Amino acid sequence: MASARAEILGRVRDALRDKPTAPPVPRDYVRSGEASVELLAERVAHYRATVHVVAEPDVVPLLGELLAGKRIVVPDGLAWDVPGMTALRDPLTVAELDAADGALTGCAVAIAQTGTIVLDGGPGQGRRALTLLPDHHVCVVRADQIAGTVPEALERLDPLRPLTFVSGPSATSDIELDRVEGVHGPRRLEVLIIR
Amino acid sequence: MGTRNPVTWLGSPAFPEAARTALADTQLRRNLRNATTTIRGRRRDAVGELPDWEQLRRAGEAIKDDVLHHLDRYLEQLEEAVTARGGVVHWARDAAEANEIVLRLCGDAREVVKVKSMATQEIGLNEALAEAGVHAVETDLAELIVQLGDDRPSHILVPAIHRNRSEIREIFRAAGLDPASDEPRVLAEAARAHLRRKFLSCEVAISGANFAVAGTGSVVVLESEGNGRMCLTLPRKLITVMGLEKVVPTWQDLEVFLQLLPRSSTAERMNPYTSVWTGVTPGDGPEEFHLVLLDNGRTATLADPVGRQALRCIRCSACLNVCPVYERTGGQSYGSVYPGPIGAILTPQLVDDPHDKQAASLPYASSLCGACFEVCPVRIDIPSVLTHLRAQAVEAKGRSAESVAMAAAAWVFASASRYEKAQKLGSLARLFARDGRISWLPGPGAAWTSSRDAPVPAREPFREWWRKNRG
Ligand code: SF4
Repeated sequence: MASARAEILGRVRDALRDKPTAPPVPRDYVRSGEASVELLAERVAHYRATVHVVAEPDVVPLLGELLAGKRIVVPDGLAWDVPGMTALRDPLTVAELDAADGALTGCAVAIAQTGTIVLDGGPGQGRRALTLLPDHHVCVVRADQIAGTVPEALERLDPLRPLTFVSGPSATSDIELDRVEGVHGPRRLEVLIIR
Repeated sequence: MGTRNPVTWLGSPAFPEAARTALADTQLRRNLRNATTTIRGRRRDAVGELPDWEQLRRAGEAIKDDVLHHLDRYLEQLEEAVTARGGVVHWARDAAEANEIVLRLCGDAREVVKVKSMATQEIGLNEALAEAGVHAVETDLAELIVQLGDDRPSHILVPAIHRNRSEIREIFRAAGLDPASDEPRVLAEAARAHLRRKFLSCEVAISGANFAVAGTGSVVVLESEGNGRMCLTLPRKLITVMGLEKVVPTWQDLEVFLQLLPRSSTAERMNPYTSVWTGVTPGDGPEEFHLVLLDNGRTATLADPVGRQALRCIRCSACLNVCPVYERTGGQSYGSVYPGPIGAILTPQLVDDPHDKQAASLPYASSLCGACFEVCPVRIDIPSVLTHLRAQAVEAKGRSAESVAMAAAAWVFASASRYEKAQKLGSLARLFARDGRISWLPGPGAAWTSSRDAPVPAREPFREWWRKNRG
């Protein structure tokens, strides 16, 4: 018997004996858009995430205020050194991550139009589990990381890295389409945007 | 392999009979009407916000057509790219073969976590695993509700859409979850607590895929709750089952679908979480990644020049939410994991068996009103495919009782005035109804009802409903 692979590819070729053709893909949709701090802030807040727009010198003091006294997971390469919190660093077990109060990260890209932040596991972001198990995710976005639209964001991202697009806190609408924030992912998302 | 395609549920009645039962269930119809009315409005807003929606739809259509027309090449590319990044690709001709592969990959695991996936539902994976002693835990809230209630899904995106909060609370109670109230927040919290331990300890996860990029080998899953992230990140081994047609050529192509899909399905600018992974990344996520490419009737569908466009579907469920027939009969009447307009064209093609009465009745489960085409983000001309499949069915074996019955129902559903007339006469017709069948319809409908097979008209005036919802 032929291998499943050979048989399936053979079936595909048979199915396409009529040699169908299609016109080239029209790419006349909008590619670029407003990449402003204001739009991103508005769109992130729309998902009922907490948003702070801050000036650079205020980042560390604000983080200190938000996270003081808490046990916070911190990935390698994070640009901000926050006083007053207990920083938890890898190697961390799943149980340790689960028991943490929150996670503090940067991001790779943010998308203004959709209010999305994208993590790619780079410096200051860490492996995916770090921002998944703690119940509170605090993410800092620099203005130069903001892309206007989805096409502009994908252009900046490397698909070979593990990517997580985050648009608001974990949510479900499975019960009577009533939106509830917070199921399995972090129930609180807090985004600091540096002006 | 000659086995039955589990895409339709064994023992489900043909559509007209199932629809009759559903039409009589007022609770079900109320749950459905509330849900679909809500989601229709939201989708309209989410889509209306983008000035280039039509351009995106046309791009989505063209990309998917290109994929289908060169499917062999893109699948080979995908396999090469996934393999190069440490993943293992498997090919499955049908459901039985896919289930066998997954079972083998599960190894010694007795419990695996699962993120909602149409492909694994289509092949009856949970049942196949259970037979071999492996328990697959559904982690999507709606899927969990369906699983714990020993129920069947009724919607692609919101499988428990037919259940209201108090019914869900009862289901949870019976399963020992004991939520303190029927508030959605409380119910979600109960699910979180129930599943947390499983996420933290399971060794194997099973997922579907929304897209896979041929050029890079990247696989994409869109979700809301974070259960997807849990499954894709924590277990040691990840098994993804994906229909052949889910491949897209390039990373850039995703810029179209990441806009089309969330706005069409959950009516959001973006769904809460989208995960992208390529093979295996040392130190981040599973150590083993398996991608199972599933045919199960897709190549047969591809062979039909008219019907193949059904394979463009990105499973957004927008067509369900606008369909007057779906709203009145519910998803379970379609007897398949793919209900609604897309189910009416996809299921019979995947089954590809003219003797399967249930599948053969599905192309008639539509009024051909065209609302499904208008909302479809990849512009599948569902009405044309329906007409095409009806013609094929008649050619194959003449008109069956099911097709006559459905044609009668469709004829009534198709026009507000006809429906209203039938409605007015409804109470009269009911007097003559036995087993939910009516013996007479107004005007030319009489010709159909003489075959004694039209469903009893529902109680709400159709025109009013139509004006409210479609106008
Ligand atoms: S047929 Fe179109 S509208 Fe229906 S689920 Fe598929 S993509 Fe969505």
